[in-house]
Order: sequence, then C-alpha cells, then structure tokens
Amino acid sequence: MITLNVNGRPHRIDADPDTPLLYVLRDHLALNGAKFGCGLGQCGACTVMADGEAIFSCIVPVAVLQNRKIRTVEGLGTIEAPGPMQRAFIEAQAAQCGYCIPGMMMRAQALLERNPSAPEAEIRAQLSPNLCRCGIHLRIVRAVGRAAALMKGAAAPAGAGGTARNSAGATGGSTSATGDNGSGAG
Amino acid sequence: MPSQGGCHSLLFACLLGAAGLPGCALPELPPAPKPPAGLSIDRMRVANGAQLAAIGNCITCHTSDGGKPYAGGRALKTPFGTVFGSNITPHPDTGIGRWSEAAFARAMREGLDRAGRNLYPAFPYDHFTRLSDEDIGALYAFLMTREPVRAETPADTMLIPRSLIGAWKAMFLERGAFRPDPSQSAQWNRGAYLVRGAAHCSACHTPRNALGAERKREYFAGGEAEGWHAPALDARSPSPVPWTAEALYTYLRTGSADAHAVAAGPMEDVIRNLRPVADDDVRAMASYIASLDARSAEERRKAGERAVTGAKPPPAADSGGAATESDRAIARGAAVYAGACASCHDRGRQAEGGALRLPLASGLTLPTPQNLIRIIRDGIVPPAGEPGPWMPGYAGALGNAQLSDLATYLRSLTGRPAWEDVPGEVHRIARDKQ
Repeated sequence: MITLNVNGRPHRIDADPDTPLLYVLRDHLALNGAKFGCGLGQCGACTVMADGEAIFSCIVPVAVLQNRKIRTVEGLGTIEAPGPMQRAFIEAQAAQCGYCIPGMMMRAQALLERNPSAPEAEIRAQLSPNLCRCGIHLRIVRAVGRAAALMKGAAAPAGAGGTARNSAGATGGSTSATGDNGSGAG
Repeated sequence: MPSQGGCHSLLFACLLGAAGLPGCALPELPPAPKPPAGLSIDRMRVANGAQLAAIGNCITCHTSDGGKPYAGGRALKTPFGTVFGSNITPHPDTGIGRWSEAAFARAMREGLDRAGRNLYPAFPYDHFTRLSDEDIGALYAFLMTREPVRAETPADTMLIPRSLIGAWKAMFLERGAFRPDPSQSAQWNRGAYLVRGAAHCSACHTPRNALGAERKREYFAGGEAEGWHAPALDARSPSPVPWTAEALYTYLRTGSADAHAVAAGPMEDVIRNLRPVADDDVRAMASYIASLDARSAEERRKAGERAVTGAKPPPAADSGGAATESDRAIARGAAVYAGACASCHDRGRQAEGGALRLPLASGLTLPTPQNLIRIIRDGIVPPAGEPGPWMPGYAGALGNAQLSDLATYLRSLTGRPAWEDVPGEVHRIARDKQ
C-alpha cells in the first residue's frame, strides 16, 4: 500500500509501485481532470503539481511521490467555487475541445505560485511543453495573464484555490471545455 | 612545444603582486586605423563568414539571453572571474563598427582589442589564430553586415588584470595558421582546419591546467563546459560503441546518434548553430574527429560488438539480499527506472517515442555523473517552439535522493566503477539551479 497526499487529503492506494501517478489519479481516485495524451511526457495533458512543481503524471511512478503534496486541477476549486485559474480560463473562454486544459492550468498554476507577476514571455516559455491540438494557445496565454490578475486581487479572501474541496469523485469525466475545469469535483 | 618553465615563473612573479616590475610591463599597441569609408562587402565573403560563424558557435557567447544576435552581454564564468561576451555587431560606439579588418584580424590572431588591450582567452584566439586570412576576412565581412546594436558590454570581474594576459600568451598561445598534413586526405585536412580553428572543439573537450590553458599533451582527452563534462574524443572516448565518422556526422547534423548520445547542455547550442553549415564541412569535421581515436578500425568494430552484445536489458529490481548501501541505492534506483524511464528507454529506438538504449548512452560511462544528473533533472528540451530531440525533465518529480539512486543504478549497468559521491553532486547541481 502506498499513501499519496492528493489535494490536501491522504489516500491509501493499492497499486504497483511503478504505476504512473496518472493511472492512480484516474482509476483509483476518480480524479479525471488530468488526461492521458501520449503516455511519454511529450504533450502535457497529464500535468499535475507535486510540491508546487509541474510534473507529467503519466511518467512518474507513484512510489516516488510518497510524502509529496500532489495537486490536480480538482484541487484548484469546484464548479460552485472555481479558483482564480479556473475562473480566468472560463472568462477568457480559453478552451476548444478542452482536453489539454487541465494540464495547461496546472503548469500555469505552478508558474504563478513561483512568480505571481510572470510576464507573457515567461508564461509562453513555461507552457511550451504543453500541446494544444486545437490551436487555442492565444486564449490560453491570455487566460493565464488574467489568472495572475485575479490571484493578486483575491490574495486574501477564502475560496480562491488553496487545497479546496475535492469532494465527490469525478462523475463522467469531461463533457465540455469549461465543465472540464471542475469535472473532478462535480 | 616550447619550454614553459621560465614563463611560468614570470607569470607567478606577476601574480604575486610584482606587477610593477619592468619586465612584466606590456607595451600598449597603437590603435588600429579606422576602417575606410564605404567598406566594400562581397556577398560571397559574407556567406562564407556566415558558415564560419555558425561553425564557430560565435552567437552563443556573443548574445545574451533574449538579447539581439551578436550584441554581447552573456556572462562567461571562469575559475578566474566572470567575463562577458562582447558586442561584435558593427555599432560604432559599443560594437566593432570602428574596427578595421586589420584590427579584427589582430584580435583573432593575437588576442588584442583595437586599442591594444589584451583580450582574455575565454575568447578562443588560441584557436582562431589558425584561420586563414581569407576566412578571417569572411568573418569580418559577415559581422560588419549584421545589424548594429547599441549595447554596452558589461565590465568583467576577472581577478587577473589584462596586463598579465601577455604572459599567458607567451606561455600558451602558439601563433600560426593551420598547416595541412600532406599525408592525409583533403577531407581530413579540411576537418582538422575547422575543428582546431573556427570550431575550437578542444576548448571544451580538452582538460585545462591551473592557468586555464588547454593541456596540449591531453588534447581531446575530455574537459569541462559550464558545469557539463565534455567527453574525450580520442581513444579515451567513453562511448561503449566507438564512434565512427558516420555516427559523428549524424550526431553533428541531428543532435542524436543511436547507441551513443543525444546532445545536451552546451552541445545543444553547437548542434543548433551547425544547422546551416554545408554538409561537406560537417562530414569533414566528423571524419577528422573520428581519426582522433587511434584504435584500428578492427579494434573499434570489435569493441562495438562487445558493447552491443553486453548491453543487456536492465535487470529487474531486486532489493532482497541487498547488503550494502550501494546495493540498496541500486535497487531503489532500479525501481525508479522501471516506473519513470523504462516506458521510453526500453521501448526500442525505432518505436515512436523510443529513446536511447541506456547502457550504450555515453552519459552513463563518463568519468563524472554531472551530465546524467543534469539530463534527468532538466530533460533535453529544445528552445520553445523549435523541433529537436526531447526528453522530459524530472526535477519536479524526483527528489534528490531518488535522482541519486537512479544515477547510481544506471551507472551500475555499465560495468564501470561506481561514481564517487553521487548524492553530493546531485545536491551541488540542485543548489546551482536555485
């Protein structure tokens, strides 16, 4: 048994130690925000955070993540109370099919937690490993800029991000782009 | 090689604070004349200069992060302090806009700026002195037709005054153009000319002495560059399968050679800059570098066969009966490998996403673990939006202990002696990155 701390809660997982984190998130914890894209760490759809850093969950075995704080898109907020990153993506309508968006949000979140005033060039550089086949990058970059502004404006009040509720398991995975943002906590 | 004893004592006398001694004073040369008005530029010369600048990797040191090409400002850390790549655009006040071709040639051959001040040998004039007049003229024509950029080069923080560099030159600068070896082919000679001259490969691939000069007796025995080990290119090459001219050509052209390596670190820039270089020149360099390995073709072929047949798939993790800490580290590292690395590296090179067969990768067989640790941490990532070999970095995923275990495990696959103090090296690199 392996203990994983996901979105602020400990989970006892019965999985092979070399199981990729992505499979555990989706199959054991029903956190379906992170997506399987390439399985090789080349597309970024599976991106989540570990101790504040963006990682490709498809190529990181769970055994190396014990005692680390894992955060998924479901940890950024809920449908009822989306966090600033999620709100920014909704407001900027920064999704087409939505498959890459949870990964984009998590990599962007890691950047803004490290540098809340990241200039656009840094946002672009940070997001460059994450691919969007729909080609909606312009809106994604704009959404991340907006998220930075929202985070600064909402630095103090509750409900913004944090290790929020990660209550019910995901219901049916992603339906629409924006729904995807909160699907895990749906 | 000239006797160096006397020169050493001269330099040491200077270093010991006797810089005022008359014997140490170096005459300042008069400024070179200003360039004639209406400089005539021949397009063929410019094109040839562009090729030589690409081979020489000039843009890497002479461009700051995010700065304009050739406008200087990149910090080059040396054991003796930091010097900044200078602005070599034709800007009249901050670049080389007022330099005549003669002044430029003198800088390349003698390591002196237009005003006659010594240049630090971080600018590899000990190599550029091999260039022909024609090629120096071509480089001049190329640079003088770049966009002039106003950018002051930051002042260096070198601990050794420029005046002492004259003594360094007396000891280590062997002036003189490249002399072809008539017993070798034209291709070999072209490659030797480029590798020893413009490309200055040995500046990184040869170990340096305490005064920062290349150890001539250990030419191409492996050196250091920006925290990376630059592997030996001669018979001491760590590649389990000996390099061939063909493999070197593929590597220099694409940045990746099966059964050898994928370019990482400073070599990534070198490969990228080589892209526009003519095929014949890349082949010539590959052919010359391959010839540095003095082993016979037969010997090399057999070594290659042994390496390939000996490269078994990594054994399964077995922590039972692991007696020593090193065994336990290897077992833990094997578990990390199985989860994090095997999905690409055990996939077979031809498969989509298939990566190098690790026991054959020279990163595992180098004398130090630094390259392997850096590659695992940071991956191999082309600049944003550019194509190129790709490996994701694991800095965020693996902790220092796991990284160290993984490197220890991978080294154990090579049958070579374990690296010393892998955890220490991991910590040093992690600290550098902060």
